[in-house]
Order: sequence, then C-alpha cells, then structure tokens
Amino acid sequence: MATFAGGERAPATPVLVSPAGAERAVELSAKSRKVKRGTLHKGEGLFGWLFVSPALLVLLLFLIIPIILAIYISFTDWSGLTSPLSGSVHYVGLKNYRSVLTTPGLYQQDFGTAVRNNLYFVLFTVPMQTVLALGLAVLVNSKILKARGFFRTAFYFPSVTSSIAITVVFMFLFQGGGVVDRLLSYVGIQGPNWLIDQRGVFTLILNALGVNSPGWANHTVLGLSLWNWLAGPSLGMCVIIILLTWTTSGTFMLFFLAALQSISEDIDEASAIDGATPWQRFRKVTVPMLRPALVLVLTLGFISTWQVFDQIFLVGPGNITTITPAYFSYQVSFQDSAFGIGSAVAFLLFAFIVFLTMVQRRFVKEDLTK
Amino acid sequence: MTALNVSVPPGTRPRDRRVKTNVKRSLGYFALIVFALIFIGPFILQVATSFKTDPDASNNPLSLIPHPATISAWRQVFGIGAAGASTDFPRWFFNSVLVSTCITIGRVFLDSLAGYSLARLRFPGRRVVFGLVLGTLAVPGVVLLIPRFLMLKQLGLFNSYPGMILPIAVDATGIFLMRQFFLQVPEALEEAGKVDGASIWQVYWRVVLPVVRPGLITLTILSFQGSWNEFQFFQISTISPKYYTLTTGLANLVGGGLSAGNQYPLKLAAAALTIIPVALMFFKLQKYLVRGGMSGSVKG
Repeated sequence: MATFAGGERAPATPVLVSPAGAERAVELSAKSRKVKRGTLHKGEGLFGWLFVSPALLVLLLFLIIPIILAIYISFTDWSGLTSPLSGSVHYVGLKNYRSVLTTPGLYQQDFGTAVRNNLYFVLFTVPMQTVLALGLAVLVNSKILKARGFFRTAFYFPSVTSSIAITVVFMFLFQGGGVVDRLLSYVGIQGPNWLIDQRGVFTLILNALGVNSPGWANHTVLGLSLWNWLAGPSLGMCVIIILLTWTTSGTFMLFFLAALQSISEDIDEASAIDGATPWQRFRKVTVPMLRPALVLVLTLGFISTWQVFDQIFLVGPGNITTITPAYFSYQVSFQDSAFGIGSAVAFLLFAFIVFLTMVQRRFVKEDLTK
Repeated sequence: MTALNVSVPPGTRPRDRRVKTNVKRSLGYFALIVFALIFIGPFILQVATSFKTDPDASNNPLSLIPHPATISAWRQVFGIGAAGASTDFPRWFFNSVLVSTCITIGRVFLDSLAGYSLARLRFPGRRVVFGLVLGTLAVPGVVLLIPRFLMLKQLGLFNSYPGMILPIAVDATGIFLMRQFFLQVPEALEEAGKVDGASIWQVYWRVVLPVVRPGLITLTILSFQGSWNEFQFFQISTISPKYYTLTTGLANLVGGGLSAGNQYPLKLAAAALTIIPVALMFFKLQKYLVRGGMSGSVKG
C-alpha cells in the first residue's frame, strides 16, 4: 500500500541535521516544477490562500501584531490595567530604555544584575553542555559496548520532560541539608543552602585567597560595582547551570550522534591502520568531521541560554542572583505593573537574540559551503 | 569480532590486544553507568520520596526505601481525601489534557494545511508568506509573553480556555516541518489524482496526507509534548486557579520557591504526575521524538 511505502521511505526530517538533504529535496521539487510548468491546476491560487490563511491569521494575530504593539508599549507608561490603546496611556519616549540602561536606580541595578547572572550562566552552561553532549555521544556510539540504545534513552529522557517538574525535583535535591548536601557530607564537606545562597563562586575563591573588594573594584557599570560583576555565578545559579546542563545535553547528544554515525568506518579504520592512536584519531579525524554539528550545538546553546525562564520562575523570587533579563522583564511587568519597562527589556533581549541568530545563520551557512 | 576494530600499533601481541579491549570496555561501561545514574537517579529518588512521610523525606532524603511507606501524597494527587483549591490536582490534570489535546489538533491540522500550501500550491504572495513563517521561527518565546498578554486582553480572551489554546494552536516550526515532508512526496502522485478529476482538497486529504503519515505522527507527538510541558504562556494567559494546568499549578504551589522542606512528597508526586504521560509516550514512540526533537526545537 502506498501509505506503507511512503512510511518506510520518508527519511528523517532533514531540517537541521542534514541540510544537504533539505537542499536536495528543494532542488528535486524545483526540477519537477519546471516540467510541470504550464499545466497550472485551476484554483491553485485560491486553494493556496485558503490552506495557508488560518495558520497565517493566528501567526499575525498572536505573534506579529502583538510584537508591534509591544514595541509601542515600550515607549509608554502602560500599567496593564486598561486597554493599551486607551487615552490613559502616555508616550514617554526613551524613558523606559533609559531607566534600565543609564538612569541610576533600582531598575538599572536589577537589570545589571540580571545581565551579569545570565552572562555567567551562558559562560558555564554552553561549554559544559557541549562537552557533556559530545562525550555521551562518543560513548553511546562506541561499537564495543552493548545496550547502547538503553543508555541513549536514559540520557535523552530528561530533555523531553516538563521543565517545571524537573526544577521541583532539583529543588528537592539541592535544598539545605538535602540529597546533595548529604552526599557532600560523606566526603567531609559541609554543603551550603544552595538555592538561596547569593555568594558568587569567584568571590568565594578570592576571599579564600585573602582578596576582598579592592579599591579599584568599586567602579560601577550598569548600577553594579566591578567587584559584583566579577563575583561569578552564585551558588544558587550553579544549581540552575547544573540543571540546564543536565536537561539539554541529551538533545545535543543526538545532534552529535547523528554526525558521528555519518562518519564512515572506512575513514576511521584507514587512520587506525596508518598507526594513529585513538586520541589522534579523535582529534584529527572525528572532531573535524563533527565541525558542522559542533557549530550548530554551540550556536543553539548560545541562543537558548539567553531565554531561560521556567527554572528561574521557581528559584528566582528567593534569590536575586539567579534572575535573568527574561525573568526580570516578566517580573517588572506582571508583578510591578511596569509593562513599559518590561517591554523595553524584552526588546533589548529580542534584538540581542536576533543578532545571535543572524551570527548563527552566517556560521552554519559558511560551514555548509565549505 | 568487534575487537578487530580496535587500533593496535603493529607488532602488538594478540593477548595484549584483548586485555586492552577489555579494559577499554570496562571503562566504557563504568562511564555509561555513572552517567545513567546521574541522569535517571533523580527520577528514582523522586518516586521513592513521593511514598514517604514529610519528616521521613526531610530526615532521610537519600534513602530509596520509604520508612514508613505511605500513599497519602498520591491519594491527594488523585483527589481522594482533602484537597483545597491550591491542590486541586484532578482539575489541573483535566485542564492539561483538554488544552494540550486542542492545541495538538489545531497544530496538526493547520500546520499541515499551511505546510502543504507552501510546499506545493503556487499562489501569489507565497514567497512573502514563507518568509514570514521563517522569520517567526527566530522569535524567542520569552519575548512574546508581554505581547501575547496584551493581545489577549485586547481581544477579551484573557483568562479563558480559548485564550490558552488559540495563540499557540499554530506554530512556525510545525509548518516548516510539514513543508519538508510534503516536498518529499513525488508529484506524480498528485498528478494522478488531478487527472482523475479530484479537487485540490480531495487530492490533499485522500492522496497526499496518508503518504506523510510519519510526519503527522512526529508533529502530533512534538505538539502534545510541547503543550503538555508549556508553562510560560499559560502563566501569562490566565489568572484564576480554575485554569491551572499541571505546570502552572505545580509552579504556583511551589511558589516563591523556597518553602523548603515541607510537603516534598506531595510536590514530587505532583511532579511525577506531570512527567508520566510524556514519559509513557516517549518510551513508546521514541523514534519519532528523536527525529523531531532535532528539527530545531531545543528546550531553553
């Protein structure tokens, strides 16, 4: 039956994993289209619009128009109570943007803190999730081991579950005197109360070395002293870094696994026969061939780590050193009714993520043309 | 034998080779097991703790055996016995099922219609529409919280089921995914249908759609998983506890985050209830999820 034939043949979606496949698909359809030209089916124009308009309407109504409205809101003092288009909303120019970026005050300080927190979060999470994902993929791909399917499932499982549910589990593990602290006590370390601990990791190390807020570090940037900027991720943030590394590396492992499986065994064997050590083979053969997957994982990592929200929603209210710009935008809007400021932060973040996405597309494209 | 794949400098004796492979294999298994414990351990502890009493959970957090064992947390989760508005789990579960089902139906139906149109039907303005869809792929969800709240208020849909469903009943990723599947269908198949005098709708519904069944299954699973786990959007589109889903209900129960120590068996049981449906689907239909999970939807 046609259904089954199609079912068997349909290859894995080549959206990101094998862009070459996608291109081939586009090419193929372009070719057949050329053949078909001239026999334009009647009503194709009408049906084309009929088919696409429900989806387009939803995207316009709940994605595109709202974004334009929200850009407008970021220049007003809307409080969220009345209609944003009513007369009680005032245009305030760049005031909202200034109050988070340049005007000294609580908003600027909170925004500065959020940016610092997120910077450290990205700096630690992206390398950790990438290395862990690659390591797991290599392990799961090694031919001498059995039950690889089981382990692949185990590693991927946290990625598909609810972020809220998993954060609750982590809050249980890391609560003061909880599972992690018990484990630490076995090796003679007295664990902190992770989630509410605001001390930065770098500060703790510097303090241990006898350095404590030298004079030059009092200079402030974005309402935060340099000493605070250099504090490193707080212990509370470390929990979120571990949590995100844990939930994302399974997905990224799949990217690497797909790439590893496309490396032909001939190449690997040839280099083995040439006398290359396993480490040399990994460095000189495997890693270069993994480059496209690596670029993809890194850039996706850099983009997604600026959007972390659910985990912060649960941990953030108790610990300001874990809030991120995304959460800050939510908090000032929905809790302090300062929607103008919230929108301004959201658009600063939006602009930044669009910039990262453009960089990513350039990188990935470069990689394909090589 | 697999051992043949292992590299050896020329001249090494076979026995050394075998020993080396065995060492390598044991190290490999050791690493796999350690990581498997790290990845699955928390879930095992979670289930174990959900059968503990509150004092037992905080005094012996590491123990895998509840002492004494109790099902009181699970009784509460299933709505047996006392349940206040803040712990109305059956209602949250019902809401999650209702909302996720509607969103999934919407996405599967509308995304594939749009995907087919963009893949196969030539209509004026198609390039612009496709560009728009591609463009919205890059919009991060967190940026949409305020805009969507604003629009729901404006349309009078805030704090209602339609308001929870409609805005995410279509997603650009799904349209793109389905378009890729439709592009791979041989056009001759449609030509045959058209020759028979079937309308475009009939060709789509009877001929093309059955062929892309793997795509539809992938999209169904991704949509259900995505909407079941959705939190941000439900958090901003509703305010009454009667619209709590498992995710928003659980998040608000845990609240300010740090009501440390108390009621962990209950919270973990509720979290398990949130995880289980997706877990069952995952183990049953893993290959589709693996395929679809890589199509760009990376959890933030």
